[in-house]
Amino acid sequence: MSNSASLTGARLWAMAALRILIGWHLLYEGIAKLWNPYWTSAGFLADSQGPLAGLYLWMAGDPGRLTVVDVLNQWGLTLIGLALILGVFSRFATLMGAVLLGLYYLGTPPWPGIESSAPAEGSYLIVNKTLIECVAMIVLWLFPTGHQVGFDAYLTRGGNR
Amino acid sequence: MSDQNDPKAPEDKSPKQSAGDSGSGAGVDRRSLFKGLATIPVLGALGATAWAKRSADDAKRQAIVDELGVTGDAPAIIDRLTSRPPSDRINVGIIGYGGEGEALVRAAGFPAPDWVDTQRQAQINDPRNRRLEEYLAHGDLNLELTGVCDLFDHRANRAVAASSIETRPGGAPAGRGATRYQRYTEMLEDPDLDAVIIATPDHWHAQITIDAAAAGKHVYCEKAMTRTADEVLPVVNAVKESGIKFQLGHQNRQLESHEKAREVYEKEILGPVTLIETTTNRNDRWGAWVWDIHPDGNPDTIDWAQFQENAGHDVPFSLERFFRWRCWFDYGTGLGGDLLSHEYDAVNQIMRVGIPKSAMASGGIYHYKDGRDVPDTFQVAYEYPERDLTLLYSATLASGRGRGKVFMGHDAAMEVGSGVRVLAEPLSTRYADMIEEEVVDPDRPLLTYRPGFRGLDAVTTATEEYFASRGLLFTYRGGQRVSTLWLHIKDWLDTIRFGGEPACNIDRGFEEAITCHMATMSYQLGRKVEWDPVQQQIV
Repeated sequence: MSNSASLTGARLWAMAALRILIGWHLLYEGIAKLWNPYWTSAGFLADSQGPLAGLYLWMAGDPGRLTVVDVLNQWGLTLIGLALILGVFSRFATLMGAVLLGLYYLGTPPWPGIESSAPAEGSYLIVNKTLIECVAMIVLWLFPTGHQVGFDAYLTRGGNR
Repeated sequence: MSDQNDPKAPEDKSPKQSAGDSGSGAGVDRRSLFKGLATIPVLGALGATAWAKRSADDAKRQAIVDELGVTGDAPAIIDRLTSRPPSDRINVGIIGYGGEGEALVRAAGFPAPDWVDTQRQAQINDPRNRRLEEYLAHGDLNLELTGVCDLFDHRANRAVAASSIETRPGGAPAGRGATRYQRYTEMLEDPDLDAVIIATPDHWHAQITIDAAAAGKHVYCEKAMTRTADEVLPVVNAVKESGIKFQLGHQNRQLESHEKAREVYEKEILGPVTLIETTTNRNDRWGAWVWDIHPDGNPDTIDWAQFQENAGHDVPFSLERFFRWRCWFDYGTGLGGDLLSHEYDAVNQIMRVGIPKSAMASGGIYHYKDGRDVPDTFQVAYEYPERDLTLLYSATLASGRGRGKVFMGHDAAMEVGSGVRVLAEPLSTRYADMIEEEVVDPDRPLLTYRPGFRGLDAVTTATEEYFASRGLLFTYRGGQRVSTLWLHIKDWLDTIRFGGEPACNIDRGFEEAITCHMATMSYQLGRKVEWDPVQQQIV
């Protein structure tokens, strides 16, 4: 990318607001899981049906592996959320966030022929909110704002993005 | 709003420079400093609201816990370690090595060699399959399998092969090998034999238990305890007079969630319970007792005459009857003894209901018209007027939708499976104030108890899930998956070694047998039957 330099005016604040709101969502998801001693990704992994079902079942099939997955989820969400809100390492965080959300999406994608056992709060066909949030994360990666609204301003000396 | 970099842009050598300028060196002006820190209040807001929410949730939970007086504690890991010196070894014989017999002998520490091979291969084919690993992680119960009795040569030979296997759980040494007996009475003559596991069809349970008790051998007997109501009291008397340790094979007694459900009931969280609904919902041939007929089974390899000895009628050799005996009242008790017995025993474990005053059953053979005479659809209503309670049992072998086990109380309802879920009644008396104050939400569980596991069995079949939800396969102790059969056998062995009463002793067996026979008799007679506690008979 030649230049993702700087947004101005309303564009900057709209993009920064998107970043902060998604950050809020992920951060609270993360700490809610950290605070809940009974939380585990086991149910989500076991219900997995899409292209990664085999991998997810493998992850759920062993307490050791599951613990690693659980910790990565809890802290991944928390740290990505924190980074997005504060605008610190925000480019790396948005990229990781896009990957994480992509993995959630592929867990049980709302594709024709895949029936999720978890009840959805809306009606989805191929596109759901997770996919949209994932793409929004990619947009944030392409149009970073952390160096303008956030701590990246102090970290990106000389603009070494 | 204009960006502070804009005016500089035309002078920039590189557009990238613009980002750096705002935050580097001495160029941090007030405005960019403000922007850099702009989001901190957002974080503060999230932290404050999240904390407030958490505190409110905790306060609600604490209020509920204080009111209910239950804890989230799981049962103790595993009490009473098995004594392992060879001098403490218990010599056990197996009588009846069919499906259940094999499962019991395996749980006792002696897997059939071909089972081990099959599991090894299954693990190679699918690395997620950890059955063998989990099996071998169970403790050594310090047993020796010394005697084998089965009327089918193939099964007897397999049991003998299992008795000297080297691959054993808990690092147990290889078994020394068992003797095969043609009749169980010959086995009982062995003075070194301490105990027997009876897993024959139901029509042999009473006779073998009585003979074993007379010989002073401890007994683990599969349910149903007897085939007929008339056999119940002689078995009870024989066991009590001999002083042997008797365990009935209701391994649900070991289920973590049942213990928790009992605590919930005893703490009167449910309020008065007037109705309990229990169910069996199966929809597969295996679950309807249409079991495989072994290709080696024939009149030369099966002792048909002995099989028929205690049966209801004398009939010619039949492979169906031998291998699918549960389909006939001549050998078993149908749904009453096979599956109602588990549901009833679970309720008896949780609420100590004992024998009901009356039973009214109905049903029919509506799906499996394969020559069987036991119903495949079966409903029973038991009345406990002294406890103001009705116990319902509803079963079908031709539809699998889960209906669970529900205890309906005035203040709350409890669903019991592999976990426990309690929901407050919207018009509860006890929780009226808490519902009013929105501390308790009737739409959400008042209490949820999930077994302490973090990990799933990735290879579980539908039938296994059925068994698992009723605690017939495994439960959890200290977060580890443990076979309930193993726990139930261990419970029995502990009482032999250290004294005390087994979890499902002869008194519980008596209640189970009478209660189940009441249902079967009501179905067969086509009328309501009652228990006469004075005459000790069903009328």
